[in-house]
This record gives sequence, structure tokens and C-alpha cells, in this order.
Amino acid sequence: MRWLRTCLALLCLIGATSAHALTPAEALTLAAGDSDERIATLNRLATAGDEKGLVLIQALSGGAVKVQGEQVLIVADDGSAVDAVTGAAVTPSETADDAVVNNRLRSAIETALATRDLFGRDAGLQREAAALLQRAAFDEPDASQLPLVDKALSGELDPKARALLELAKAAMQLASEDQGQRLAAAQALGSRSDPALRPLLAAQLEAESSADVKAALGAALSSLDRKLAVASGLSQAFTGISLGSILLLAALGLAITYGLMGVINMAHGELIMIGAYATWLVQAFFKTYLPDWFDAYLLAALPVAFITAALVGAAMERTVIRFLYGRPLETLLATWGISLVLMQGVRSLFGAQNVGVENPSWMSGSVTLMGSLTLPWNRIVIIIFAAAVLIGVTLLISKTRLGLFVRGVTQNRPIASCMGVNTARIDTYAFALGSGIAGLAGCALSQIGNVGPDLGQNYIVDSFMVVVLGGVGQLAGTVYAALGLGLFNKFLEGWAGAVLAKIAVLVFIIVFIQKRPQGIFAFKGREA
Amino acid sequence: MNTAAISLPTPGPLLTRGAFSGVMVALLVVCAVAPALNLLVPADSVFHLSDYLVGLLGKIMCYAICALAMDLIWGYTGILSLGHGLFFALGGYVMGMYLMRQIGRDGNYQSDLPDFMVFLDWKELPWHWALSDSFIATLLLIVLVPGLVAFVFGYFAFRSRIKGVYFSIITQALTFAALLLFFRNETGMGGNNGFTDFKRILGMPIATQEMRMTLFVMTGLTLLGFYVFARWLVASKFGRVLQAIRDAESRVMFCGYNPLPYKLTIWTISAVMCGIAGALYVPQVGIINPGEMSTAASIEIAVWTAVGGRATLVGPIVGAFLVNGAKSWLTVAFPEFWLYFLGVLFIAVTLWMPQGVVGLVKKFKKGGQA
Repeated sequence: MRWLRTCLALLCLIGATSAHALTPAEALTLAAGDSDERIATLNRLATAGDEKGLVLIQALSGGAVKVQGEQVLIVADDGSAVDAVTGAAVTPSETADDAVVNNRLRSAIETALATRDLFGRDAGLQREAAALLQRAAFDEPDASQLPLVDKALSGELDPKARALLELAKAAMQLASEDQGQRLAAAQALGSRSDPALRPLLAAQLEAESSADVKAALGAALSSLDRKLAVASGLSQAFTGISLGSILLLAALGLAITYGLMGVINMAHGELIMIGAYATWLVQAFFKTYLPDWFDAYLLAALPVAFITAALVGAAMERTVIRFLYGRPLETLLATWGISLVLMQGVRSLFGAQNVGVENPSWMSGSVTLMGSLTLPWNRIVIIIFAAAVLIGVTLLISKTRLGLFVRGVTQNRPIASCMGVNTARIDTYAFALGSGIAGLAGCALSQIGNVGPDLGQNYIVDSFMVVVLGGVGQLAGTVYAALGLGLFNKFLEGWAGAVLAKIAVLVFIIVFIQKRPQGIFAFKGREA
Repeated sequence: MNTAAISLPTPGPLLTRGAFSGVMVALLVVCAVAPALNLLVPADSVFHLSDYLVGLLGKIMCYAICALAMDLIWGYTGILSLGHGLFFALGGYVMGMYLMRQIGRDGNYQSDLPDFMVFLDWKELPWHWALSDSFIATLLLIVLVPGLVAFVFGYFAFRSRIKGVYFSIITQALTFAALLLFFRNETGMGGNNGFTDFKRILGMPIATQEMRMTLFVMTGLTLLGFYVFARWLVASKFGRVLQAIRDAESRVMFCGYNPLPYKLTIWTISAVMCGIAGALYVPQVGIINPGEMSTAASIEIAVWTAVGGRATLVGPIVGAFLVNGAKSWLTVAFPEFWLYFLGVLFIAVTLWMPQGVVGLVKKFKKGGQA
């Protein structure tokens, strides 16, 4: 089979040099021949760049080709048809057979069509086409495409497209008869760290006879494996940081309400949930009334989520929590009650099912680094967002007048009061701030998970763990605890599975608290 | 030091006259009236106690034991546990394992192994099922497993002087970790379906009216027994130290007491009571699954106690009956409003009724007398 292909490839080369036009025989082979012949013809036509041939190939991929006797017809949507060779209008008869395109032929058609772009002038299209060819060559190298690639390489080409194409060529030559070609191909591919290459290289290593090429292949494989290991480590670190940023967002509000004010807010998770629902409402509003601006809905959702959650928080503080200061266990129960009411309220208003929040287009998709390291955009945005919220809160607490008051009331309530600080109002503000940050967290979480009435329940234990581990009254501790827990959790997950990792983390925290009840960072001085 | 010179208040009798008659009436109701109304009175009579009600009351009595246990640790020692659901479920699971083994070959797959193990394609019982076919061992384990878990956890927690909200939060974390563990199929506890479809207990069929009544009476007797035990406990010197720890732990320490053994003992006792309640609960309800370990379940126990009245012993029992009675009525009549009701109840009790229903009644009585 291989020799036949090589012959055909040679034929193609000859065909490519001579001026060429689609012949009826070729058209018939392409439409109804045996698979190998069809692909050979296809590649020949694509290399020659024959106009009629390309029209026929395109029609074939669109399923618009029929065979009527010896004639090949291209059928338009309205049922009218033309002869593929002569271009004359023909009336298709009832007996005309559809030209069947199997998967193998279809992928060959795609590459062939892509090569047409290679010969064009548009650098962007050239690059796309080269990338497509390269992917196809890495998946299933087909030596019969070599003439095509060679022809493209000999022409004018965008440098990036050229590099891609060289690799595609190397992949096609990996199984070549010529040892020198094989060696060159192995070395060229060894410099890449594309995981798609691994099966190809491994298969060739099995089949290889020459020691030199074997060594080159082995080196290529081990360097690839090394790179893959690094990439998977980095990817674990990334998911760890991503989880850490989510934990940080969920816990940051709690670090204010619990850490600074000492209020056990079991409804914190429900405030997150409210933020997520606010985001959902804004999204629905944009979808209906401002579809052109849909991508910007998230920016509008941020203040809405913050304010909604902050208002709910302020109302909670004014009506319930205010009367329970200094009685933490009672606060715990009362806020748990509030959380039940909020959850059921959302259920009555919006239904018990999850609601769908769509990512704006700039947050969907992912960026691929080093061949195998895929970083989803929404995760990246959330990491950045968490950092921004953290910086904002730190500045607010350390630089503004409100922050000064909050710190003052936290450290010594009676003295702050004597200095003329309205401590009751500061309590409300601080609680509303913590709640608003929970709302922001909800806004971010709506982009990566389900939004439903139970959303908050999943985060409440985690966020308390983060705050307790980090040390009460410390924003820095919260940050370290969140990131640490995120990374720890993800690395454990790698070898113990998600559930066991989670259990291990909880047990770790329980043991850690035994050793250091004050958390990683303790308040200096007397314990409150 | 000459202690003889100090006149200590002499402890009163274990049961005052009122309490004695109360306990006797309850005993009579549980052992004679309820069985008679259920078994002897014909089903169409107004006085007939339906099987549904027997099941419900039996279930609530198990909850009442939990509330009583919670009261000992929270009401009398000032330690709020959000992990009592764990001990309840542990007791229940031990009982459930025994009941699963009692199914024998009558399961869907006619295997010696419980159905879910056949389903998971396991060939033999995992190690922790070793003792599950013996009833005596099961009875021991019902006490030992929750007791041991509580003892170990409590030892480390109390030794590090973790108190207040911190303690509540780490008990919650413990329960949450256990919940995740029991959800796993590999744990060998039936995964998220837990155990169900029980057929018999001690070789006798479990679904008969007589068996239901027997379990009901046993639960009632256990509850009364624990009530009397709790009265004795809180009136004893031990109980007084507990209350002193609740009110001023540092002062207790300055007086030369080490609070650790006191806290640890009451914590373990409380956990064991919950475990026994769970073991009584499972054969009556016919199912045990990890849902009993959810955060919400544990907090609800605290609410029963708070509604009834902390630091009174009748309170938690009253609270368990009131809240669960309301629950079984509301979830049928107004399913949407149950959570609103429960939530508002949490808030209202903490804000306006810190002494609970019993405190309210006492206040009214005093007001009437004045």
C-alpha cells in the first residue's frame, strides 16, 4: 500500500508541475472511486490548485455531489445541477446516486481545502490552514500529503505558518523509508512539547529499526514527558490557586464579619447565593433588553450584587444581630435561622431549580500554554478579581476613614465610642461591607458553577475553615489560609481523589486548630 | 482546709413530688396507655392510636433523647456542639449494620452480603463489619463507637482549651468530614443510599405492629431513664462543677479544678446518649443514610433544646416534641412554609425566648402568683 501511495505522490508531483484541468475521469474517481484513489485524486487536484477541482471538492464536503451514469453533478440547494467538468446545466434524474463521503475522506477534504488557503496571500488564513494541517498530521500523518506541503513550503509563506508546516512535514516523514529523513523528523519533533505527538513518537519507537533514529526518538519522548510532567504540575498549581482564589473570595467577607467583628454569620453562604442570583437577574435583563451589550453585563452585575447583598446584610444586622452582640452561640443559631429563611425565600421567588448564568464571551474558552497546559479564562479572571477585591478591602480597611473607625471599634469599643465614633452605625457599615463582599464572591462563583438556592451551603464550612485557620482578626491570615488550603487540596486530590482530599483537609484543620487555636497568625497581645 | 466548717447546700431529693408524679404518669402512658390504645382499641375508634402516630412519637422520643444530650453539654456545660448528628448517625449505622446482616439471604440478590455490596461486586465483608452479626456486640458498639469518637475528639479539643464558637465550628467540620466519608461507596456503608429495607431484628420480623410497639416502649423507657439519670447528674457535685464551668471557667480553674475531665466526661456521655437514640431510631424509621450527618440536622438538635429551654431538663424534651410535631404537620399541610417557620423559630427563640418554652411557662406562673 505504501509503495502505491508513494507512486501516487510522485504522480501528484508530476501533475502539480504541469498546467492541469479537471478531467471527467478524475471527477468520476473523486466522486465514486475507491477510498485510496479518491484521496490521491483529491490531493492531486488540491495541489494543482485547479479551480473546477476545488469547486467539486467543496461541493463534495457539503454533500452536494451526485453521480449520474458517467457524469458528476454538483447540485445546488434549489435542486438545479451543473456538470462538474463542463459547467453545463443538467437536470438530475431520479436515479442519480449521492456521492458518499466517509470520515477518512472527509478529513482529507478538510486538509485539502485548508491547503488552498496556504497558497493564498492572507497571512492569517495561511496560519490557520497550517495549524489545521499540523494537527491532522500529528493525529494521523498521511505521507500522500507531502507534495502538497512541499509545494506550499516552496512558495511565499508567513513565517509562523512555515514553522507549523515544517513540523507537519516532519510528522509525515517520521515513517519515511529514508533513514536520514526519519532522523531529521525525530529531531525536529523532539524540540516540540505537543502532547498530541506522544502516541506518534511512541509508535515509531516500537517500529524503528535504526539505532540512531531510536536514540533520537527516545530523547524526544523523554523530553516530551519531562515537559508534560512540568505542565501537569503547573496545571495542578493553577487549579490550586484557582480554588484558593474562590475560597479567598468566599472567606474575605467572613474575615470582616467574623474576623473583625466577631459575629458568627451562618448566613454568609446565603449572602453569596444572593450575589449570584443578583448576577443572574442582571444577566437576564441584559439578554432581554440590551442584547448588544451582553458581554458587559458582568460589569453591571458587580455593583448590583454588592449592593443587594450589602443591603440584606445591613437589614440582618439592624434587625437581629445587633441584639446578640457578645452572645456568639446565639448569634450562630439566629443567623442559621436567617439562612434558612433566605434560602426558602429564594426558592419561592425563583424556584428550586438551578438557574443558568452564561459566561460573557470574553470569559469563555481557554488559553493554552506549553502545548498541554490549558487555563480556562473564567478561572484566570476570577484569580485576578479575587486579587483586586483583596487589594480593595485592604486599602479600605487601612487607608479610609471608615476603615479606621472599623479598626477602632474592633480594638476597643468603649474608647472608640468616647472619641465620638458612632459605634452602632460602624457595626452596620462593617457588616454590610462584609456582606457586600460575599455578594461579589457570589457574582464570581456564578461564572464557574451552578447557581441554585443551595449554593451557599457548599461554601459555609469551607469559608469558616479558612477564617479560623488564618487566624481571627487578620486579613493576611485569611489570604494565606485560602491559598494554602486551595493548593493543599488540589495536590492531595492528585493522588487521593477529591473526597478523600477534602476529608484530609478537614482533619488537617481540626488537628491544626488543636495545636494553634489562634490560627496561623495570632493577634499580638491579650486574647479578646 | 477544714471543709466541715463550710455548710454546703444539701442536695434535694432526686425527684421532687411533682417531678415524681410526672415521671410516673409518663411511664404509665408509655408502657400501658399507648400500647393499649394502639393494640387493643379497635381501629375505627376515636381513641385508637394509629400506627403512623406510634412511629412518629417513637421517632420524636429518639429526637428528645438527642435534645436531652444536647442540653447536658450545651445547657449545663455551655459547650455548643454542632456535631451531635454525627454521634446519632454513628449509633444508627451500627444498628443498621446489624439489621442489614439480619436480612440474610432475603435481599434482592439472595446473597449473604448486603445488597449494596453485591451491587459493588464485593466478594466478602470488609473488616469493620466483622462484629455486625452479633446482637450483643452491636449493643456494645452502639455505646463504644460514638463514645470513643467523642472521647478522642473531645480529649484533643478540650486539652487545647478550644471553646465557644471555635469548638462549635470544628465539631461542624468533623461532622462534615464524616458526611463526606459516609457518602463514599468505598467506605462500605451503603454510600448515599445508606441502609434500608430491613426485614427482622433478633430473628423476628420488624414490620409488625407488636414489634413497632415494643420498640416504642423501649424508646420511651430509655428516654425516661435518661431523664432521671440527667436529673441525678446535674444535681450531683459533678453536675455543679459543670454549671460552674459554664458560668465562669477561669474561676473554676483558679479554684483548683481541672475542667478537662469534667468536660470530657459530659461530652462523652452526651455523645453516647445520642448514639443510643440513633440506634433506637433506625429500626423504627427503617432507614439510615448520611443525611443524618448534615450540618442542618445537627443544628436542628440545638434548636429543639433552645425552644424547650436550656438548662432545664424537661425543656429539651418539650422542645423536641413541639418542633418535630410542628414539622410533621407543616411539611404535610404547608410544605413551603416549614423552612420559613423553622428559620423564624431560630431567630425568635434566640431573640425573645432565651429560656425557651419552659422559661416562658415559669414566668407566667410567677406572674400569676405575684
